[in-house]
Amino acid sequence: MSAPRLVGRARLFGDDVNTDYIISSTRKRESLDPDVLRHYLFEGIDPAFAASIATGDIVVAGKNFGCGSAMEVAVTAVLGGGIRAVLARSFSRTYYRNAINNGLLPLICDTSRIREGDSLQVGGGADMVVENGTTGEILTPEALPPIMLNILASGGLVPYMRQHGSFVV
Amino acid sequence: MTGKTISEKILSLKSRTDARAGDLVVCDVDCALGTDGSTPMALDYFDRMGGRTVRHPERIVLALDHYVPPSSEKTRALHHMMQAFAATHAITLHEAGEGIGHQLIVETGRALPGSLVVGADSHAVTYGALNSFATGIGSSDLAAILLTGQIWLRVPHSIRVTLTGRLPAGVYPKDVALALAGQLKADGAAYQALEFAGDGVASLDLEDRLVLSNLAVEMGAKNGIFPADAKTDAYLTDRTDRRYRAVAADPDAVYVQEVAIDLGSLVPQVALPHLVDQVVALDSVAGTPVQMVFLGTCTGGRLRDFHQARDVLVAGGGVAPGVQLVVTPASREVLEAMQADGTYDDYVRLGATFVPPGCGACCGTCGEIPGDGVNVVSTANRNFKGRMGNGSASIYLASPASCAAAAVSGMIGKPS
Repeated sequence: MSAPRLVGRARLFGDDVNTDYIISSTRKRESLDPDVLRHYLFEGIDPAFAASIATGDIVVAGKNFGCGSAMEVAVTAVLGGGIRAVLARSFSRTYYRNAINNGLLPLICDTSRIREGDSLQVGGGADMVVENGTTGEILTPEALPPIMLNILASGGLVPYMRQHGSFVV
Repeated sequence: MTGKTISEKILSLKSRTDARAGDLVVCDVDCALGTDGSTPMALDYFDRMGGRTVRHPERIVLALDHYVPPSSEKTRALHHMMQAFAATHAITLHEAGEGIGHQLIVETGRALPGSLVVGADSHAVTYGALNSFATGIGSSDLAAILLTGQIWLRVPHSIRVTLTGRLPAGVYPKDVALALAGQLKADGAAYQALEFAGDGVASLDLEDRLVLSNLAVEMGAKNGIFPADAKTDAYLTDRTDRRYRAVAADPDAVYVQEVAIDLGSLVPQVALPHLVDQVVALDSVAGTPVQMVFLGTCTGGRLRDFHQARDVLVAGGGVAPGVQLVVTPASREVLEAMQADGTYDDYVRLGATFVPPGCGACCGTCGEIPGDGVNVVSTANRNFKGRMGNGSASIYLASPASCAAAAVSGMIGKPS
């Protein structure tokens, strides 16, 4: 199975964006609904960001994206905003797991030359090559192991478990 | 083949494979914790996965700790949902006020040497102090464990942190952990294990080791694991009847990095707002005014933390005018011990505000919210902007004694 091809605008963030900055714990206390939480995405960094999201936008970050709390709304709220992929130099491992489990594509690659608003294409298939349509640069992300690809290809851990009933190695 | 690290050995046992760093393995989980911060979503995932029965209910522990007391009908409803699920599936649930889930896992002898314990909360790494492979997971992972009893894990490479010597007076395990975070940085151990070693380990009590393991995740580590010794056994003696087998590293185990810390050379440390790895010697920011001091959390909310802070507060003549002192024991066991030995009364006399055992003010979900522009000095593990519920507050992280010294003088500095 292969993941669908994604096309979208780069939305730039820096290093060490923690999950509280993606969505605050106090927002989560009031609702777990991604459709509600998407209105508060990244509000601690840029209060105007949530209103500026277009479906298909691709989050592009530096190192250690999603550090801090393991709260999964930091992934589901991003998906609720219509974002399907996050490119980063590195991820916190809990954010990475949660992304895979919910069908948000986390790609580890050198994001240093991507600029805000660049037009990105994330290739379908197992190679997941990223093409920057604005600069012409091609980025090759770290390959994902089969079990993660399978979970992603199923659409996340829920459909994976409905299909398999257990982990298949 | 070369020998194995502690993490490789435990994950080999739990996956019944010859697990090596970099391998992906499916493991049987010995115990999994869910909190009120993570379980409601997990139950939704479980339901959508088609879950009807829990594979190993005796291996699941639920704790109501993030919303204590529940201060809105929404958080109360989350508690009700968890209570109903626990009752239906015969799962152990710790009610609001019993304490922080991580502390309860440790106190109830659920984290044993050589075991695999996960928690749907990033600070599940805490149990590594007991020679347990302990790591944080999300809600969907917890749902899969409810369904199957298993989890997939990438076997981490290990960084060996060799501790030598003993801590000088006035320097505490929190200072060691902060110094390590300052050195490795927030992602320095990403996807990797911290394995503590060296003769300095023996000088640290089990409660001290919990502090170091707890902070491991602030360096990005998957887990922070200690070898087991007589202190581990002594801690567990009255807490479990279950047998366990400690796991030691092979002499020829392979490490990706070596870090050495001479405990005797350390001085008090502080993490500056708003990054845990922005660590400096406490002296270098002496004089910074402080309006709120928070003693508590899964890092600094245990009996010895309250003893260390109380001693500084009493010796210094109490809390300075204009400083709010907030005390939140990590568990009811800690609270009862404070009552039994007079520590509780000391804090009442000092004018402390008590918040029931739980996560308290740490993540802004309950307890005291700092005011606009306030400087907080805290025994917690995170100081992100807005972490305690007010984005204009600035959070400094330090040892319980350093926090108490700040309460005494109204500014950061050494106890007089």
